[in-house]
Amino acid sequence: MTEEIIIAGFGGQGVLSMGKILAYSGIMQNQEVSWFPSYGPEMRGGTANVTVILSDERISSPILHLYDTAILLNQQSLDKFEQSVKPGGVLLYDNNGITRHPERKDIQVFLVQAADASAKMESTKTFNMVVLGAYLKIKPIVELASVYKGLEKSIPKRYSHLLEPNKKAIEEGQKIVKKV
Amino acid sequence: MKELRLMKGNEAVAEGAIRAGTDGYFGYPITPQSEVMEYLMAEQPEKRTGMVVLQAESEVASINMVYGAASTGKRVMTSSSSPGISLMQEGISYCAGAELPCLVVNVVRGGPGLGTIQPSQADYFQSVKGGGHGDYRLIVLAPASVQEMFDFVFLGYDLAFKYRNPILILSDGLIGQMMEKVELCEQRPRNTVFDPSWTLTGKTPDRERNIITSLDLDASQQEKHNQHLQEKYRKAEAEEVRYEELQTEDADYLFVAYGSSARICQKAIQLGREKGIKIGLLRPITLWPFPKKPLAAIAPRLKGILSVEQSAGQMIEDVKLSVGCGIRVEHYGRMGGMIPSPEEVLENFEKLFIKK
Amino acid sequence: MDIKDIIKPENLVYQKTKLMTDKPLSYCPGCGHGTAHRILMEVIEEMDIQSETIGVAPVGCSVLAYDFMNVDMVGAAHGRAPAVATGIKRCWPEKFVYTYQGDGDLAAIGTAETIHAANRGENITVIFINNGIYGMTGGQMAPTTLEGMKTSTSPYGRDLHSMGNPLKMSELLAQLPGVHYVTRQSVHSPRNVRRAKKAIRAAFEVQKANKGFSLVEIVSNCNSGWKLEPVPANEWMEENMFPYYPLGDIKVDGKLIVNQ
Ligand SMILES: Cc1ncc(C[n+]2csc(CCOP(=O)(O)OP(=O)(O)O)c2C)c(N)n1
Ligand code: SF4
Ligand SMILES: [Mg+2]
Repeated sequence: MTEEIIIAGFGGQGVLSMGKILAYSGIMQNQEVSWFPSYGPEMRGGTANVTVILSDERISSPILHLYDTAILLNQQSLDKFEQSVKPGGVLLYDNNGITRHPERKDIQVFLVQAADASAKMESTKTFNMVVLGAYLKIKPIVELASVYKGLEKSIPKRYSHLLEPNKKAIEEGQKIVKKV
Repeated sequence: MKELRLMKGNEAVAEGAIRAGTDGYFGYPITPQSEVMEYLMAEQPEKRTGMVVLQAESEVASINMVYGAASTGKRVMTSSSSPGISLMQEGISYCAGAELPCLVVNVVRGGPGLGTIQPSQADYFQSVKGGGHGDYRLIVLAPASVQEMFDFVFLGYDLAFKYRNPILILSDGLIGQMMEKVELCEQRPRNTVFDPSWTLTGKTPDRERNIITSLDLDASQQEKHNQHLQEKYRKAEAEEVRYEELQTEDADYLFVAYGSSARICQKAIQLGREKGIKIGLLRPITLWPFPKKPLAAIAPRLKGILSVEQSAGQMIEDVKLSVGCGIRVEHYGRMGGMIPSPEEVLENFEKLFIKK
Repeated sequence: MDIKDIIKPENLVYQKTKLMTDKPLSYCPGCGHGTAHRILMEVIEEMDIQSETIGVAPVGCSVLAYDFMNVDMVGAAHGRAPAVATGIKRCWPEKFVYTYQGDGDLAAIGTAETIHAANRGENITVIFINNGIYGMTGGQMAPTTLEGMKTSTSPYGRDLHSMGNPLKMSELLAQLPGVHYVTRQSVHSPRNVRRAKKAIRAAFEVQKANKGFSLVEIVSNCNSGWKLEPVPANEWMEENMFPYYPLGDIKVDGKLIVNQ
């Protein structure tokens, strides 16, 4: 199994940390992982993206042109990466602030209204975990137990009270994701 | 019990520095390698091992702190990125001239000048042909994974002390910023024994005083010193060549690529093989000494070689020198911080070698 | 009354100086760099010296100053702006030459260039933005970082014993005979902006009169590096930066101001 993913959105949406938790989860299951972010001052308030690869084999290129899954969380990212999904691959998006929706017919498109859901749960910071939950529902490439372990590892101790809301957010994402 | 961590390349260098028993790290912030010092400062290695970490006022100061610290015989290092490494060239030349073991890490970004902060491999010439003045060489290690960022700190110190010479770890923004799984090894103790034949520890009655210098105004003596250095370099050429071959047994074509480009090429090879084109990879791990012989040995079996670098074509000169004129060698690369995708590499390979 | 009736030249109360380009500033919201740029350009406009002015941009957040300042400019290597400015001034002694530098650029890697340009009495103006941190590279410790202040390379706070003392560059430079004018200002309130602008004007007048080196330090905020929102950042600056870096003139007309 090899899963090649791009996650892209605005700076503060938690794009990079979502990728990190996925990568951690992979390690918990003895997989090979790679995580390569966009970096530098262009990240200030701008767009951020990260390429995450999970595989049973040694990973070759950490940067790619085509992906099995694209998780796209704003319009710029959707415009930029829709064409980068492999035919038959998965595109997951949140329609919050989206004016031009995905148009491709040769891929599977899923919608998760994570911004709404996290606002309703009164924890907008868990937005990215709702998205992660949705993704894992579509592609259960790692077990939830590994994800929770990954979460524990990547959340600093002083934020351990955030563990539960994050878990809840993942569950919520699993519930609300739907195929378009 | 294996200790596994998810780390950035830069963090792996820093953790490697602590575990390899580094005595002193001296550096100055610069993107994309600032995480090295940030990680060290957060880890408080002075509490873990007694290692000293100091933020210098510049790269010029950093490398001269390294020069001073290395003269004590301790394990010392610095890290920076391209513009900062350029500033260090004078100091590196002094370290080579004075035969001081030390470690320099360059997380390369696009140039020339202030350039960009995105990954690049355009510092190859500077690294392997002697970036500073005078006839000297650095052993240049090119990590292609986060694991190697960690491991090469250990290897780097071993080589530095074996040859009493600066060692350069030539990485780039991609390897520095990406995270991968790293298997950490045990803590290595810091140096406790200092070679009395050259280290500055304070003159005791049982030995002559030691002097660290690169100066000898007597030209004939300076030539002798140079001959001695050249002997060391010949020995390194004979003993330290490191490289990796992938799928070369049945290959019709060969990619030669190091560091992040080698990773990209691996994927390009896979895509090529899916189309029935048999490509292999030779990945130099030491850029100096360059794996000339292994390359020359495969060349006769090949129809062509593509040297892939994130530069205008620098390593290709060493590839050509290695294989001679009997085989076609081409270059493909992007510049200024652009990273080619595997598809792009393959497409350009096909344009050059397959489609006419 | 329609809005069009109001937009008339005679009703104009404020207009962006033409010496600022229309390019949106790349600074974080609330950052002092933008205000400092503006008043510097206003001074050049008011003195009507655009055609005689050459600026030197540093390496730091203001590395792209030349995108915003509508004058001839050159980008220097990190810390070398005073040397670059010296080169220009020696070739165009009758023109106005200024550098615009952060504290990392001016007081760490460029200390030697700064001190020697000042010591030569180089007839240039230095605008020195002291935000106590390396903003550009993600909030590392600067030579000016306060004791105990947390940055990404002093995550447990600056420890004077191992990391040295916060450097008062302006006081240090004021000691040098070649230095004619040194002042420390801020741009976090309208009153302070007016004062800072007057100081910049005074510095350029020093240059015009060929009297030697002039420097205007502007103690400024770095919301991103300090991890504070703009308003709390300014409050923090008043409470912590100003006591250590007191505002006011340090050297005027070649004479040290006592009671500093
Ligand atoms: C030779 C060299 N070393 C390091 C850097 C990285 N660098 C860029 S800006 C900067 C510090 C900027 O801080 P400061 O001058 O205080 O400006 P600010 O961003 O805070 O306005 C550093 C270290 C560089 N560009 N060149
Ligand atoms: S990082 Fe700091 S100095 Fe730079 S633009 Fe942002 S607030 Fe201003
Ligand atoms: Mg600063």
